[in-house]
Parts: sequence; structure tokens; C-alpha cells
Amino acid sequence: MELHNVWFVLIAFLWIGYFFLEGFDFGIGILTRLLARDRAEKRVLINTIGPVWDGNEVWLLTAGASTFAAFPEWYATLFSGFYLPLLVILVCLIIRGVAFEYRVKRPEERWQRNWETAIFWTSLIPAFLWGVAFGNIVRGVKIDSEFEYVGHVWELLNPYALLGGLVTLTLFTFHGAVFAALKTVGDIRGRARQMALRVGLLTAVLALAFLGWTQLDSGDGASLVAMVVTVAALVAALVANQAGREGWSFALSGATIVAAVTMLFLTLFPNVMPSTLNAEWSLTVTNASSSDYTLKIMTWLAVIALPLVMLYQGWTYWIFRKRIGTQHIADPVH
Amino acid sequence: MDLALAPETLARWQFGITTVYHFLFVPLTISLAALTAGLETAWVRTGKEKYLRATKFWGKLFLINIAMGVVTGIVQEFQFGMNWSDYSRFVGDVFGAPLAFETLIAFFFESTFIGLWIFGWDKLPKKIHLACIWMVSLGTLLSAYFILAANSWMQHPVGYRINEEKGRAELTDFWLVLTQNTTLNQVFHSFSASALTGGAFMVGIAAFHLMRKKHISVMRTSLRLGLVTMAVGGMFTAISGDTLGKVMYEQQPMKMAAAEALWDGESPAPFSVFAYGDVDKGHNEVALEIPGLLSFLAHGDFDSYVPGINDTNEALQEKFGPGDYKPIVPVAYWGFRWMIGFGMASFSLALLGLWLTRKRFLLPAALRTGEDEVPHLVLLRKPLGARLTRLYWRLALWTMAFPLIANAWGWIFTEMGRQPWVVYGVLQTRHAVSPGVSQAEVITSMTVFTLLYGVLAVVEVKLLAKYVKAGPPELTEADLNPPTKIGGDLRDADKPMAFSY
Repeated sequence: MELHNVWFVLIAFLWIGYFFLEGFDFGIGILTRLLARDRAEKRVLINTIGPVWDGNEVWLLTAGASTFAAFPEWYATLFSGFYLPLLVILVCLIIRGVAFEYRVKRPEERWQRNWETAIFWTSLIPAFLWGVAFGNIVRGVKIDSEFEYVGHVWELLNPYALLGGLVTLTLFTFHGAVFAALKTVGDIRGRARQMALRVGLLTAVLALAFLGWTQLDSGDGASLVAMVVTVAALVAALVANQAGREGWSFALSGATIVAAVTMLFLTLFPNVMPSTLNAEWSLTVTNASSSDYTLKIMTWLAVIALPLVMLYQGWTYWIFRKRIGTQHIADPVH
Repeated sequence: MDLALAPETLARWQFGITTVYHFLFVPLTISLAALTAGLETAWVRTGKEKYLRATKFWGKLFLINIAMGVVTGIVQEFQFGMNWSDYSRFVGDVFGAPLAFETLIAFFFESTFIGLWIFGWDKLPKKIHLACIWMVSLGTLLSAYFILAANSWMQHPVGYRINEEKGRAELTDFWLVLTQNTTLNQVFHSFSASALTGGAFMVGIAAFHLMRKKHISVMRTSLRLGLVTMAVGGMFTAISGDTLGKVMYEQQPMKMAAAEALWDGESPAPFSVFAYGDVDKGHNEVALEIPGLLSFLAHGDFDSYVPGINDTNEALQEKFGPGDYKPIVPVAYWGFRWMIGFGMASFSLALLGLWLTRKRFLLPAALRTGEDEVPHLVLLRKPLGARLTRLYWRLALWTMAFPLIANAWGWIFTEMGRQPWVVYGVLQTRHAVSPGVSQAEVITSMTVFTLLYGVLAVVEVKLLAKYVKAGPPELTEADLNPPTKIGGDLRDADKPMAFSY
């Protein structure tokens, strides 16, 4: 396989990793308002991702930097073209990171409540906007012959992309609810499962509509398979959730994300950002990619570093594998 | 379009604001990670409680700080594409690789092991817990190294060729990018300046408590550690600054001529102490100079020729065609002086502090103090009076800010001194900006970032002040009995976590 194709797969892999991991982080953040009954339960939820959210977020930075190195044209067009939505995402990620770290650092109720509000919104907004962004990437946007985005920001909020946003929003919330059921103990665990059922059914409807639309628009045999796998994994995750098999349910909600993102990248290939103005102006794996020399170095980096990262991040999850309940939360001030 | 509101100018302001702000936290993070790791090492090796208390105290301040460093760093990763898309297209093949190395190697280290360190007190045996903070420290150093390699390539592009057909720079020798002398010198300079910054932070806070005679045993140790870090850091900052300066005289004579407001080449060239001049006419009206010193700084002897701004400008016009290749001279000139002035002022304070708090052989037996006493400040044979003592503690507290100011000006100097180039000799800044991003969009983002960063600065400083005032925590039973096996000892399944958000 040619190196730019390898890198297309690796970029897809990094985004999959990001959505798999920060997907449940975002979900947990959203559930602090939907699921937790009191402050203690909010803290239980936040602490299920406490030691790992920061590492999960680095998958995004890695996807960004790797796109810069492997597909500079893609990085340049995407980031300058989606300027304002990205600004909103950045602001959310800034506030969210500080919120996790600072919330417990003062005992005053108002202080903690403000940061909790921040955690909810800064989880919800990016969870939605990432879907909007990917909807637009897959469908294509107005790109001119210079590879510049020439559309208006409002054109990014088209029905297809908005539907994509709803899919990521609900899918991540579902993934988060399943994760909460897996990681908590006590009353909240059962309610997380109920929440997972309701959000999961909603996700199934929305995902079917969005992925079906994608398939009709630009799908092929491979993307159809990925779509079927997505839906099957989602249904299986719901079944496992109802059966109380929380580990399986989480693995399957993760598989749903993997399959759905795979489908999007399958329909994208060999483009990386199609132009709706003229097919000749689409960014592709060949015209957007770096030189072979750079891709070779990047490949060595990925081959060595990625497995290592997965190994030690996996180890972190194993260290913090115990379920958390309200009894495990010490007094609020540190 | 009005130049002040041109997209290039706005994008530069935004980059300047967000980057200088980000770099307030970076050197502190680099040095506090290593200092906290050092203190925890002392605890693991000696078992002395004061080291564990110091670890917890400085570790807390480190975490408050790194949170800001991490989140403001996300913007940096995206900003090249958002505001500098033509830059990204032109240099991505070269510049992207070190950034990818930074995220895949350094950021994952930092972010994963910091989680283990924060939440791992009751989950990990103490040696493994210690290893985690060292991994974080390693991550911060690697991160700085890769990003400085990328920046050094902008200062002095090497290991690349221009692909005319694609209209971009392409990497030909990555190893050279990582090991060229600009990179090595910038890394050396930044690491030592980081040590100076973290040392000053520690000394200032230790002085605050010692002045009030509180938390003496922990703060005594911290004061000493801080002073040594500061002095060693300050010394190496000066040495590396000198070598980096010599490298810059070779690679970017214009930047260094502007740093000295040396309009016309001279041999021997003088070092300027103060200058005031007319930038448009290209000469100084007032100049206070030390003869020959600039020749020494540039080339190591007192009489060699150093080219001036006007000569260099002509040489560059000959090479790159008509245009003005001068940076904003007053910014370069004063930036260079603020950098050195503030940096060396805190270095001097460290040397003074080390002498005033010296021990053993250098100090008469009667003046030596015990572990739980505030050290006497002794200039000659008698301790300083109460007023002078207070003055020194105060000074130490205020000089905490000096290295931060020096770092900021250092970056402003080196980045603005390189103008009009974004990649020296290869790509000009005005050709680097995103053509598709509108003025309104940049004004929006710049306003949002500035306001958000302003609010967060207030929140962060208040939080730091709260935890500084609170002093080192008392140790609990659990602190003193860390787990003996990975995953924690299973004594009580319902035991609260040692730390929770």
C-alpha cells in the first residue's frame, strides 16, 4: 500500500481513537446533568473519567498534528475553512479542561456549581460540533481551485451535517451512559442502564437516518458493510445493556463508534475533503499529502509510538478499573 | 486596507497574545515537574516527612499551573491551520513532523502519567508513583525539544528543498532539523531559562512563608532548592544566551543588528547600553555605548567587524529583491534588553540569596540555624537587621515575576526580530496568513481568546494564592503508608479515594 494511503488509514485510526475515548468523556460530562441526582453523584460521574480524560484528549491533538504532517493541504483547508466552529470547540476544550481540574479546588457551592455548568455545556457542544464537522467533510464543501474554503460559515449548518451532529451527540451520550454503568456502583448504576436504553434507541434512529443518507449519497459495497456493522453493534450493545452485561455493552457501543467512523472514512476515500464546486478541486490523498520522505518518517513514528501509547494508556485503565460509588468520594476540599 | 487591521496584522497579534500567554505556563511546568519529581525522589529515598509535604505542596501548585499550560496548548496546535493556512501548506511537509512527534511521544507521556500521578497515591507503590512524575517531567522536556526544533527551523531552515512544482518546502533530512545548532542552542537556552523561572517561583513562595515564620522546615528546604535551581539555571541561561547570540549573528545578522540598534557596521563594534533614534532615517540620536563589547558578543574578540541594519538591509535586497527587510527596531532593541535585564536581575538575586543563606564552613558557628528555624541572612559576620531581612524576602517574592517577563520578551524579540520573515529567507509572513479567513473572524477569535485568557488568568492566580497561603498540607495515615502493590492494597473496598475531582 502506498504511504499516503497508509496515512489515510492512520488518520482515520486516530479519529476513531479520539471519538471512542473522548466520546464517553463527553457523554459523562453531559450525563452530569441528565443522570446525577445530587452533587455527590455528579462527582462520582466526573471521577470515572478523572484520571484518563486528559490522555484521551491527546488523541485529538495527535490527529491534528498528524494531519498537518501527513496531509498539510487538508490541515490548512479544514482548519481555516471551519474557522468559527473550531474556535467554539477550542473554547469549550479550554474551559472543560480547567473545569475538571479546578472545580474541587474551592469549597464554595457557587464556584463548584459554575464549573459543573461549564462541564455540561463544554461537553455537549463539541460532541455536537464534531458530528457537524465530519458531516461537512464527508458531504463536501465549497472548495475553490486554490483549495480554499469559499462558502459561508452558515453553509456548514446544513441539514445533513446537523443530523451528523445529533448522531455524535446522542451516540457519545449513549457511550457515556454505558461507560457510567460499567464504572459505577450503587443506585446510579441502574439508572445509567435505563438512560443508556433510552438514549441508545434514539441514537439508533438518528444513526440509521444519517448513515443511510450517507450510503445513498456516496456509499459503495464496503461502506454498506460498515453501516450494517454499525447498526448491528448498536443493537447488540442495547441487548447487552438490557441483559446487564455492562462490559459487553461498552465494548459494543465502542464498536458502534469504530464502525460508524470507519464508514465515513470509507465513503470519503480517496478524497480527504471533496469540493462541491468542481470535482477537480477536491483534496485527495495524493494532492493533499506530504512527500514520501516525510511520510516514511511519520510511519516509523506511528509504528513505534502508537502501540506503546495504547499499551500504557491501557495500563492506566487497568489501574483505575474499580467501580466508583458515592462512598469513595472524600470530602470535597483538597 | 488599513495596515493596523489587515488580516496579517490581526493574525500576528492573536498569535502573539496566545503564544506569550501559553509560554507563561510552559517554563513553570517544565521546571516544577522536575522539581516536584526531585522532591518526591528525596521522600522515597530518605523517608523524611518534610520531603513528602513539600512534594504535595509544590505538586499542587504544579497541577494548577499545568492545567492552564495544557489547555492553552490546544490552541497552538490548531492555530497554524486556522490563521496561517498558506504557511501550513508551504511548510507542513517539514514543520508538521516535529509537531506530530511532540503529540505522539511527549503529550501522551505528560497527560497519561499526570493522571496516574494525581489519582495514583493510593493505587501505586511509591516507587512506581515516583516514576510517573518523572515520566511527566520527561514528557515536558521532550515536548519543548520538538517544538523548539520546529521553531528553530523557522529561524534557520535546514534539511529541506523547495519543490517548485508543488510550491512548497519538503523535508530532506529530519535528523538535521532535530540536531542543527540553532535547535540545540534554543533548547539549551529554554531549558535553563525554565529552571530559572521555576527556581524563582519556589524562592518567592518560600520567602513569603519564611518572612512570616510559617511552615519553616518545608520552606527552608524549598528555599535552598529554589536558590540552587535559580542560580544554576541563571548561569546556564547566560552561557547559552551567549552561544545562541553568536549563532544568530551568523544566521540572522539583521535580528542582532536590530537588537543593538547598530545602524551601520563598525569594527570594533560597541555594545549599546541606551539608544534613542529615528527609525525612518536609520540612525540613533542618543547612544550610550561600551566600545568593542559587541564584537566580543558576536565573534569572541574585541575588534572584528559587525554589520549594521542598513548594510544588512542592502545585502538582503541584493539577495531577495527589493523590499524592506528591517524588523521593528525598537521592539527588537528593547525586547533584547528586557530579556537580559530581567533574567540577569533574578540570577543576581539568586547568587545574593545563596551567599546570605550559606551554611557550615562559611558561616560562624553561632549563626548556624537548625532545621526548624528561619535561616539568618548573613552578609559578612553579623545577620542582617530586621528591616533588611524583610526587604530581601520581599524582593525575593517580587522577583518571582522577573523570569516570566524575561521569557516573554525573549520570544517577542526572537520572533519579531525575524520579521518580515516567518521562515527566514524562505517565506515572508505576509504570504503565510490564511487568505480565506476574514477580518471579522480574526477579530472575533482574538477578542474571545483575549477575554477568556484574561478571566482564566484571574482565576488561576487567585487559586494559586489560596494554595500558597494554605501552605504544605498535614500528612495523613494513608500518605505515610503508601500501597505496596499495584492497584492498591485491598483493605477496605469502600475506602474513599486518596484524591478525587
